[in-house]
Parts: sequence; C-alpha cells; structure tokens
Amino acid sequence: MKYLDEYRDEKIARGIVAELGRRATRPWVLMEICGGQTHTLMRYGIDEMLPAGIELVHGPGCPVCVTSLETIDKAIEIASRPDVTLISYGDMLRVPGSRTDLFHVKAQGGDVRVVYSPTEALKFARAHPARKVVFFAIGFETTAPANAMAVWQAKREGLGNFSMLASHVLVPPAIRALLGSRRNRVQGFIGPGHVCTVMGYREYEELIREFRVPIVVGGFEPLDLLEAILMLVKQLEEGRAEVENQYVRAASYEGNLLAQKVLREVFEVCDRKWRGIGGIRESGLNLREEYSAFDADRIFGTEGVAADEPAECISAEVLQGLKKPMDCSAFGTRCTPENPLGAPMVSSEGACAAYYRYRRHALTAKANR
Amino acid sequence: MRQETKLDIALNCPVPIAATESILLGHGSGGRMSAKLLREILLPALQNPVLDRLDDQAIVDVDGSRIAFTTDTFVVKPLFFPGGDIGTLAVNGTVNDLAMGGAKPLFLSLALILEEGLPFDTLRRVMESIRVASALAGVVVVTGDTKVVEKGNGDGLFVNTSGIGLVSSDVRLSADRARPGDLVLLSGTIGDHGITILSQREGLEFESAVHSDTAALHGLVADMLRASGAIRCLRDPTRGGLSSSLNEIAERSNVSIELQESAIPIRDEVQGACEMLGLDPLYVANEGKLVAVVEPAAEESILEAMRQHPLGRDARIIGTVTDSHRGMVTLRTRLGTSRIVDLLSGDQLPRIC
Repeated sequence: MKYLDEYRDEKIARGIVAELGRRATRPWVLMEICGGQTHTLMRYGIDEMLPAGIELVHGPGCPVCVTSLETIDKAIEIASRPDVTLISYGDMLRVPGSRTDLFHVKAQGGDVRVVYSPTEALKFARAHPARKVVFFAIGFETTAPANAMAVWQAKREGLGNFSMLASHVLVPPAIRALLGSRRNRVQGFIGPGHVCTVMGYREYEELIREFRVPIVVGGFEPLDLLEAILMLVKQLEEGRAEVENQYVRAASYEGNLLAQKVLREVFEVCDRKWRGIGGIRESGLNLREEYSAFDADRIFGTEGVAADEPAECISAEVLQGLKKPMDCSAFGTRCTPENPLGAPMVSSEGACAAYYRYRRHALTAKANR
Repeated sequence: MRQETKLDIALNCPVPIAATESILLGHGSGGRMSAKLLREILLPALQNPVLDRLDDQAIVDVDGSRIAFTTDTFVVKPLFFPGGDIGTLAVNGTVNDLAMGGAKPLFLSLALILEEGLPFDTLRRVMESIRVASALAGVVVVTGDTKVVEKGNGDGLFVNTSGIGLVSSDVRLSADRARPGDLVLLSGTIGDHGITILSQREGLEFESAVHSDTAALHGLVADMLRASGAIRCLRDPTRGGLSSSLNEIAERSNVSIELQESAIPIRDEVQGACEMLGLDPLYVANEGKLVAVVEPAAEESILEAMRQHPLGRDARIIGTVTDSHRGMVTLRTRLGTSRIVDLLSGDQLPRIC
C-alpha cells in the first residue's frame, strides 16, 4: 500500500541495522515512550533485528494501561446508573477496575458504547436528550484536543446532557519521573511522535537540559523506529544529548498551535495517579473550573472514589524498563490478556500484551532447547 | 527530584477479575473466549464423536449416503450493507459451512426471529435477498419457522439457517489432517466483509469504497476437488478472520503454520481502514473466501483450478505447514522477522491512538 510499504521495506531496514552495528561500540539502553511504538516493535520483531548490545525497554506510554484504577472504578460506577450512557474508546472496556470491567457492566444492562471520536458522543447526546451521556476521555496529549473540542462545543450549544470523565496524562512529567528515579537505566528516549504532532517538541528541551539525555521524536512504522534508534545511538556515541526529530512528516518544533489553544482553553494541568507507577505531580489534565458543568466526576459525585492497587505484578519494573515482561513468573500463565494481572497486559499496546501476542513462540523455542 | 513519585518501590496492579459468571460479547467473537465457552459449558453436555470433530459441518452416514449437516445464526448490524444484507449472509454462510466439508449443498431451513415493530418493507427486502441468494447457490429452502419477540428483545431481525448436503465417498476434509510440508492456499483478499460492516456501524462510520465479499463457495470447492484429491482441509475464515481459522487447524492437527506476510492479499481500502482503527486484517471477518491446506506437489493444479473460478481469481500460496511451533501460527514479516499470529481473546477493539 502506497505511503505505508515504503516504511516497511526490508532492504532499507537491513541497511539501517547494519549501520547500527557499525556505529555502536558499546551497549546502550533505549526506551520507546509510546505504546503504539512498542506495538510496532513487537509486531515486526524489530528488537530481534537489532545488534546485540542495543536494548529496548518499553515505556509507560499506553494510555489505557496507565489509567488509574480509581478512574476505571469511577467510570464503572457512572456506567452502572440506569439513566447514563457511557461512551468510550474500544479498548477501555476491557480494563479491569477493582472489582469488574465495563464489559461486565454492559452485560449487566449498563448502556456502554464504543466510538472512535468524541464528536460521535456529542452526536449521540444531541439525539438522545433524555439520556445522560458521559464520554470517558483518557489518553495522552494526542487525544486531549479532540476531547477538549467536544466539551467546548457542548458548552457552546448548551448541551446539558453531555459530560466528560476526563483523565488525561502528559508525557514529559512521566519522562522526568523515570529519569529522576535512582534505579533509572535508560540512556536515550524515542519520543512520542503523535504527542509531538500536537504539542511540538519544544518542551523536551527542558528535560535534556536537566538530565542530559538524548531524545529523538520517532514515528510508528518500522523504518521510523529503526531510524530513530540509529539517531539515538549516533548521539550517544558522539556524546551529544539533543532533541532531534525523526518524525518530520508529522511532528514539528511548535506542534499544532490551534490544538494546543483548545486544549488550554478547556483543560488545566493537575496531579495524576498512574496505574502501575503511582502519583506524578502535574502529569495530568482536568477540566477547568469554567467547564465544571461538564465534569462527570462532579455531576455524579464520584470524586471520593478511591482504590488501592495491591502489589502483585511487576508492572512498575516493566514500565520503568527495569524488567522485561518475560521476567515475570506470572507472564503467560496466571497473567494473560483474558485475565490481566496488571496494567501492561491490559491493552494491545501494553508491553506485556505485546510480548504475549507476538513473541511467545520465542519463549517456547527457548524452553525447548 | 521534585516529584513525589513512588517509582522506587514496586507498587500497583489490579487483582484479576474472577472468572466471568455470565455471557459477555466476547464469547461470540470466535476467539479464545468462544472456544472456552464451547469447551466448558456446551460440549460437555453433548459429547459424541461427530460433534467432537468440531468442523464447520457434521458429516454423518445414513444408509450409505454421507450427509453433511450444519446450522448458523446471523445477528448482523446493520441489516443492510454494501454488497449484501442479513439474508444473503444467511444463505451463503450455511452453504459455505457445507462446502468446507466438500459437500454439495441441497436444502436449507430458515428460521426468523422478528422484533415487534420491524417494518414489512425490511422483511420483504431480506426475503428477496434470500430468494436470489438461494437460487444463485442452487439450494432450496424447504422448511422454516417464525417467532416474534417484544420490542427491545431483538435487534430487528435474527436469522437462522440450517443446511443439508451430500458428500461423495472419496472426499475427506477435516481440520485435523494438516501435515508438515503441506501448503496453505487462500482464495482472495481478506477483511472485506468485516471492514464493510465496521464502516457502517453507529459511532464508527467512515467512508469506504469496500463492500462485503459474501458469496457461496461450493462451486469453487467443487472445481478444486475435481482438480485434485490432495486437499487436506478447507475453512472459510468468517468471524475471527484468517487467523482464527488457521489457529484452529494448527491446534487440531498439532502442527505449526508459517505465513508470509507479503503473500497475503489485502485491498488498500481495507488496509487503510485497519491502519486507521488499529485493527489487524488477519482477524477481520470474511464471508466469501476460503483457505485450503493441500499436499505438496498438488498446489499447482489446485491453484490453477481456483484461478479459473471467478471467486478464486486472486488465489495464492500464503504459507506452509511446519512442525517448529506446534499448535501455533507464525508470520514471517515484511522485515524478515517472525512473530506469532495469536488467537484473540475476544473481539478486536479499535485502539485509542
């Protein structure tokens, strides 16, 4: 397919890998931030192609995975009300809360629906004025502008039966938290291409000043990722630490200014709890006071919902790149996509789920040897 | 560090949800959840050697005749879509289940569950489709039933068809017959039907030129069987897509199937929609395609016969049967690396980003 096959070309890929082999004189530990990038790496077996010394660890950039347990519990509580239609992105339905998930709520008669864009939720709210329509808005900076736009539009129209349970998270504070951890071993980051398409990569310069670590904004196709890895290794080998942009066809320094404006108009930065990681200061987005009439958390009085995440799986280590999914004794046995023990097994973009789905055969091959 | 992050201690992680005690939508996906439901609740009540084969149809011996028998229920939303409707699906789906056993389809039953309020006009359109599809397939609807449920208890219209056909004595097709060294053939592009339905679904509408591939495949199968006796098994990769059919064969035959990604034909429109929605075309439904496992050396004559038929024009070899990862389907990617093509748990869900 045009504009896709070009980014999946074996010959070029092999060329980049050979170049990597020539450039890398010592081992390097790199992290891709985005779940979408993890997914591509696993799906195409890119980690399998890399020279032995280059290790990829998988970052916390799967929005479904890192949405906190209490946020899921809030969504479940709201969706269980007979007067509510809860609308969300598809893969949120499978994420387990403390006791149940949205699929089960739906099976018990809750009105839970899937859309691909928040504007569809608005459309539904207009067409069903007797229903209280709640959009469950999660995601990184990528999905925030469209969600902001939906609330902005609802306010403009005076759409009283629409509200939003917003739990957005931000990438730079998460990178800062990872780098600030005393156990950090990541030496370079593949930056989140889609997030930077919206936000630009200006804000990553500050991280580099603080931590002197190279960041290359990368795309999501196999050649994007290989090229980003090569750019990181070049920087590391040359002792440089800069923000570079591999994903030039989409991401820019300033980003999408209009999207940023809408985002700032509707949302404000707040502290946020990440599933599998814990609280990170100023790492989330909530609705501003001016839009509180659309805040489902307030409307349905779920602000007090709290949930403690029991220590059971090793996802904190996985999300920090300290361990690989296969290092977990529960991996593929007690913890599977049907029965996820922890966040990274939940969505197809989670590191554990990606390993389970695409790389299990390598594990059995190893066991058989 | 300024943050109050607790990164240095192992935190987190939800307790798993206790095994479900009620039906979820995923139980109808054709993936792992469906298999579990079958294994744990449905089959134990009914066990017998014919059913236990778990092929798309049962083949039973009656007074020296080999009779193929199958049933299927159709619950598609929307009822009408580009390329067909619930009526065409109900005829072709059951005809194809018979055809995958090598049967010549003969008779169908038709059972309708109608929801109160369904317009006559809708029902007339569906019945006309059923008439045309059965005439095209050369099958006769010889018995039927109608039930009406209260408004809200059905989705407009559910259709069940059962079918009977005859299998000649020399035909033996079954999912447990694949052997290392065999080749895997596919009759044409994958994902057309599933993407068509998805593009029409409320909340996900997008414009697309693709239409359902719904078609009756028994003519194609007859031509293939005439060309060679070396066909081991046939499957029509409907719900759960190509991946689910091949996983079933790999598991039942205790072999590994290795696919070549670059050999699998996918329309640009389907690939594009899958990229956009974060879906894998290998798991998207088809309604007019078949996958065949054939003995090595027979593939030329079978491919030739397939390509002569209008429904097999794009037929090609997409993989081989091996013994390297028994019970698993693997895929050689465009980059030359290898990955698993797993059986999905439940339905494929559009990804968030």
